[in-house]
Amino acid sequence: MSAEPLLEVSDLSVRFDTDEGPLQAVDRVSFTLAPREVLGIVGGSGCGKSVTCMSLVRLLPQTAAVTGSAVFDGVDLLALGPRRLRRVRGREISYIFQEPMTSLNPVFTVGDQIGEVVRRHLGLSRRAARQRAVELLQLVRIPAPERRVDEYPHQLSGGMRQRVMIAMALACDPKVLIADEPTTALDVTIQAGILDLMREIRERLGTAIVLVTHNLGVVADIADRVIVMYAGRKVEEAPAEELFAAPQHPYTVGLLGAIPRPGERQERLEEIPGRVPAAAAPLEHCVFADRCRFADETTRTQVPALRAVRRDHLVACFHPEADRAA
Amino acid sequence: MNDAAPALEVESLVKHFTSGRRIGSGGGTVHAVDDVSFSLRQGEMLGLVGESGSGKTTLANCVVRLHEPTSGSIRLHGRDITHLSRRDLRPLRRDLHMVFQDPYSSLNPRMTAGEIVGEPLRLHRLAGRKVRTGRVAEIFERVGLGPEHRFRYPHELSGGQRQRVGLARSLILNPSVLVADEPVSALDVSVQASILNLLRDLQRDMGFSCLFITHDLATVEFLCDRIAVMYLGKLVEVASRDEIFRDPEHPYTQALLSAALVPDPAEQRQRRRVVLEGDPPSPLDPPSGCRFRTRCPLHDLSAPDSDEIEPPLREVSPDHLVACHLSAPGSKTPRIADPPVTTPVTG
Repeated sequence: MSAEPLLEVSDLSVRFDTDEGPLQAVDRVSFTLAPREVLGIVGGSGCGKSVTCMSLVRLLPQTAAVTGSAVFDGVDLLALGPRRLRRVRGREISYIFQEPMTSLNPVFTVGDQIGEVVRRHLGLSRRAARQRAVELLQLVRIPAPERRVDEYPHQLSGGMRQRVMIAMALACDPKVLIADEPTTALDVTIQAGILDLMREIRERLGTAIVLVTHNLGVVADIADRVIVMYAGRKVEEAPAEELFAAPQHPYTVGLLGAIPRPGERQERLEEIPGRVPAAAAPLEHCVFADRCRFADETTRTQVPALRAVRRDHLVACFHPEADRAA
Repeated sequence: MNDAAPALEVESLVKHFTSGRRIGSGGGTVHAVDDVSFSLRQGEMLGLVGESGSGKTTLANCVVRLHEPTSGSIRLHGRDITHLSRRDLRPLRRDLHMVFQDPYSSLNPRMTAGEIVGEPLRLHRLAGRKVRTGRVAEIFERVGLGPEHRFRYPHELSGGQRQRVGLARSLILNPSVLVADEPVSALDVSVQASILNLLRDLQRDMGFSCLFITHDLATVEFLCDRIAVMYLGKLVEVASRDEIFRDPEHPYTQALLSAALVPDPAEQRQRRRVVLEGDPPSPLDPPSGCRFRTRCPLHDLSAPDSDEIEPPLREVSPDHLVACHLSAPGSKTPRIADPPVTTPVTG
């Protein structure tokens, strides 16, 4: 916690009013992001990890009620007017989506699409923008960038399209890169290359990365620090090595036991009984109580606050592993 | 079980698709599956691993005759089913079932879960209504669904429950062969775990043979006895699970294993991995010689043979088949990466 955080999110909540009543997608989530840091956000589908990130750059629909604050460079992103927001989006903070196929415009060349970013934000000429696009394609290690720059998305493979998305995101040298499941749609051998690229970007350009994923392997590979989300809440946060070595929340423990591990002989995978509760807020008990082996009276009647079990290791649980071991 | 005929034998199977003429590109032939041979032994779980475009799903579809193979043969318990008519095939459908990847689109939305599961009994005229209800109730319990789920429609069920319905439907006729195409890929990790455990239990209890298709190495390692690795329409390596994970021979298998992420930072960040250059070539125009040569980290060693001659899939050690010029009985391919073998915790 020594370095001044680049981004400080406090008490972020997101509620959607649906026909079936309010849906609390994110409930009072706080975290910080340090310069050059890779922060992983993991959780199952519907846990609110993507909604959290989308709310930071205000990509959610009007129906979303967002409260809390997200201070970046001295300003609250959640309170920015449209004009100032445009200056931050794509320039200071950029976003990579899961599906590179649907996030690229099929009728423009790769060069046009990367060029648009720098022409808009940095006011480069058409010619300079094309030059920059070529440089960026080179940076993300696309072979023959002078040729590729004039191609259309359909002429590229999935892995290459994701590289183009990354090139576009890096066009203005952003301080923060939010990557939402950047490798989920890709094959493993392609995924390895994209993860190497992200590591290199952090090393060379010093970009801080928020990495949203359901894949604990990806987090183990690249994240410095990890946040585990469950049903809209942050249930645990720890440095990556520690999270895997000494998980505290029963949900995190369950998640780690549920994945088949390459290189190990497992007789059974751990199952987490029950289902994720429908995210109707507010809760008056621990969000994981229904599925937790250690649930008791306290768990069912009070909401656990986040507390530090060790330095930099937070958990929202009445019965973390550390207590049980003692 | 050892000397019995294999449950399923696939020999020199080829499936080509002719792609239509489009603006800017001529027609062509997609070499989806090219000369693939393997057998599924009685009571065995065989994992077929490959990345997208490797032809694994096409192969599965050929095996259950959803696709008409271009050439080659498929034998079910010794009987050639490659060219059986739909009518002649129908009785065999009892014995050979498939589970699909997407539990959302593979169940009829207008039928209840009970009807979906009971339908095979009805279609094969194997049981009257009363018996059917009993059998459905039985299999529901077996796959971990409650009796109340019988009257629910697919949209009222979660992804995991839907996949259980899919499994129940595939297993209600007690088939001897099950082909499962990425049955857990669309599910969340914790749900995946319960389906994988279930599939393993069912297989042990019911004794069916299973061809399990996936892109996920960790899943096959958990579930399968033997593993076949596919690249661009070809099998490149077939061996027991232990062999593949301890001693992968083919450079592609090595690369694939090295790219699998170990969910342990201490381990994962120390592994030597090889990142393959470039993208997989198009199955419309596969490379001459060895299909992997354009991305092979060992191409310098295997050239010029690999540029011209297609390496056959041959046995390099007992029960370990490899299709690589650098691999032969008594001579191994160089190690280029570390397989994800977790060092045992000692001390």
